[in-house]
Amino acid sequence: MSAREPLPEVQLEDNGLLRFLTCGSVDDGKSTLIGRLLYDSKSILADALATLERTSKKRGLEAVDLSLLTDGLQAEREQGITIDVAYRYFSTGARKYIIADAPGHEQYTRNMVTAASTADLAIILVDARKGVLMQTRRHSYIAHLVGIPHLVVAVNKMDLVDYSQEFFDRIRQDYLRFAVTLGIRDVRFIPISALAGDMVVERGNRLPWYKGPTLMELLETSPPAHYEAPGRFRFPVQYVCRPRTAEHSDYRGYMGRIESGEIAIGDEVLVLPSGRKTRVRDIRLLDRSLPQAGSGRSVTLLLEDEVDISRGDMIVKVDDPPRVAKQAEAVVCWLAEAPLEPGRKYVVRHTARETRALVAAIEYRQDINELKRVAGGRLEMNDIGSVTFKLAQPLFVDPYRENRTTGAFILIDEATNNTVGAGMIV
Amino acid sequence: MRDVLLNDRACAAAPALDHLDWLEAEAIHILREVAGQCANPVLLFSGGKDSICLLRLAEKAFRPGKFPFPLLHVDTGHNYPEVTAFRDRRAAELGERLIVRSVEDSMARGTVVLKSPNESRNKHQSVTLLEAIAEFAFDACIGGARRDEEKARAKERVFSFRDDFGQWDPKNQRPELWNLYNARIHPGENIRAFPISNWTELDVWQYIAREQLELPSIYFAHTRPVVRRSGTLVPVTPLTPPRDGEVVEDIPVRFRTVGDITCTAPVASSADTVEKIIAETAVTTITERGATRLDDQSSEASMEQRKKEGYF
Repeated sequence: MSAREPLPEVQLEDNGLLRFLTCGSVDDGKSTLIGRLLYDSKSILADALATLERTSKKRGLEAVDLSLLTDGLQAEREQGITIDVAYRYFSTGARKYIIADAPGHEQYTRNMVTAASTADLAIILVDARKGVLMQTRRHSYIAHLVGIPHLVVAVNKMDLVDYSQEFFDRIRQDYLRFAVTLGIRDVRFIPISALAGDMVVERGNRLPWYKGPTLMELLETSPPAHYEAPGRFRFPVQYVCRPRTAEHSDYRGYMGRIESGEIAIGDEVLVLPSGRKTRVRDIRLLDRSLPQAGSGRSVTLLLEDEVDISRGDMIVKVDDPPRVAKQAEAVVCWLAEAPLEPGRKYVVRHTARETRALVAAIEYRQDINELKRVAGGRLEMNDIGSVTFKLAQPLFVDPYRENRTTGAFILIDEATNNTVGAGMIV
Repeated sequence: MRDVLLNDRACAAAPALDHLDWLEAEAIHILREVAGQCANPVLLFSGGKDSICLLRLAEKAFRPGKFPFPLLHVDTGHNYPEVTAFRDRRAAELGERLIVRSVEDSMARGTVVLKSPNESRNKHQSVTLLEAIAEFAFDACIGGARRDEEKARAKERVFSFRDDFGQWDPKNQRPELWNLYNARIHPGENIRAFPISNWTELDVWQYIAREQLELPSIYFAHTRPVVRRSGTLVPVTPLTPPRDGEVVEDIPVRFRTVGDITCTAPVASSADTVEKIIAETAVTTITERGATRLDDQSSEASMEQRKKEGYF
């Protein structure tokens, strides 16, 4: 700690919040990269660093092992592996970051889908010596499937290939070749050494041939959370406020989060499932009245007409409603030990709505190593496949590709109450 | 570079959310999910800064209605009087019901047995909390824990499942995807919900500044008698007298967390306003718990252990 310079100044301008995911195994230097981001952005505090130094020494290491920073639970430290998705935080002063750190071994798909579900950007680590592996393709496939808008391929361990541009260019070409087949379009490449620190936060001077941004510069300028939920207004009603006090005798506030699009006072809206139309009388956030509000905000809507609305209903704009679905086809990632089979029933939770779903058919299972489809059968834990459901009550859905909230649902086992599946509507 | 990453549909007319807006909106969403999914939730309110933020978020989530839950404080009987007075006043101002259950009642019942009279009662709060959950049949407890506080919290879910014994099993947590939370439980089981999971200490202070939230006075710099004990300042109180050979000093300090007197230490500071505290927090070199929670230093895994035993 003493060797590090103090922070130059307190700068707290606000450029929003970015959630990103790091994909790779310990061997790819993922933990070292996260450690590097935290360390170079001065987000590791002295006592955490002291613990780190002690642990590094205990394990007979000479230098501080940055990867130990991401070791979470005692059980994990004992086994030297990570079991579960961990969330880390750092701030550059300009922007706040949430890192979802998914482990790279068994149960990988389940953990990565979980971590990816809330990410705005994914960093896919490739070892410069090994190039694009089956694992790289698997990570990229899942990141793309779960709709992460921006992918960054960080070609790591450049220090072990003499910072050679040739290695980097070859990996880039290999990656682009298969990325095209998946339909991945927004992908950036950065040569880095997480261990030595090149091109992570500092540029270093060993990669003069690379003219692009450092990893940190890329993170600082990528569109922030909720910036990219465009167009269609979707407001799932979570809670209805009816105080019935003298002061608020007729108050009916519909409380929820604007999941996409925006709304202004006076806009005409449609209420689902009733199909009633009315207009927005007010948009409240505690004592404030907002003339308009955009995606990501939790607000209370007041409507001009008295409409019967309850939790699980959805308020949308008249001209662009979601599909009212009694049957849904979805890509499902299966999370539980007991397999998903045709004929089984589950609770489905979609936005603020809950109903029951019957598995009508399994169209195919995706082989995520070979990236090809295998016919029918059942889905085991960590499998991804296409499933058709019949729904007890209608859901108000958009294709997941267009809306990561109204296109997503989870499946819950009624006997155990466990969350057993994650679905993305086709 | 910006041109490459931004696509045309991203240019929305409504103002973009800054990071506090985003965190606030997420927390309100979580609170409303608890209210929507759980039959009998409770909000844990200690008078500390994190739970003070929770109360403001609950106002934003539910006003002009009343909160759909009472407030609960598990009092160790060793709290700073400034904090308990603040707790009572804040609950009264909000017009919300405050339930206080005391570790001392559990001691009287014999469900908590201290090894020594001045032992920290912090870990014993778990017993009293579980007794209160049983007494009122609460199915969910809303708490102000944050994932940045401690390693074992980094993997905590927003909706964290606890079994019949209040136990947290880190190897058997429910997957949590998107913003879809699963609060389904069987009778006797319990959900702990953490609306400010994604906040850091700095976020909390920035939110307090933005919302102009009132805090107990001991969060701000004040002169207090302390002794220096293994790198930590220990407040001198009747419960925590100086040991032989220790020198009592009167110095300006503030508390970064407030809890049981026997295990909460202040830091040396002259920051007497929220703005000055934010400036200090932004350049601080010690984590919040590392600096001020005497109970977390004993073992690297002590929080994990306590959570398994039902601690929130």
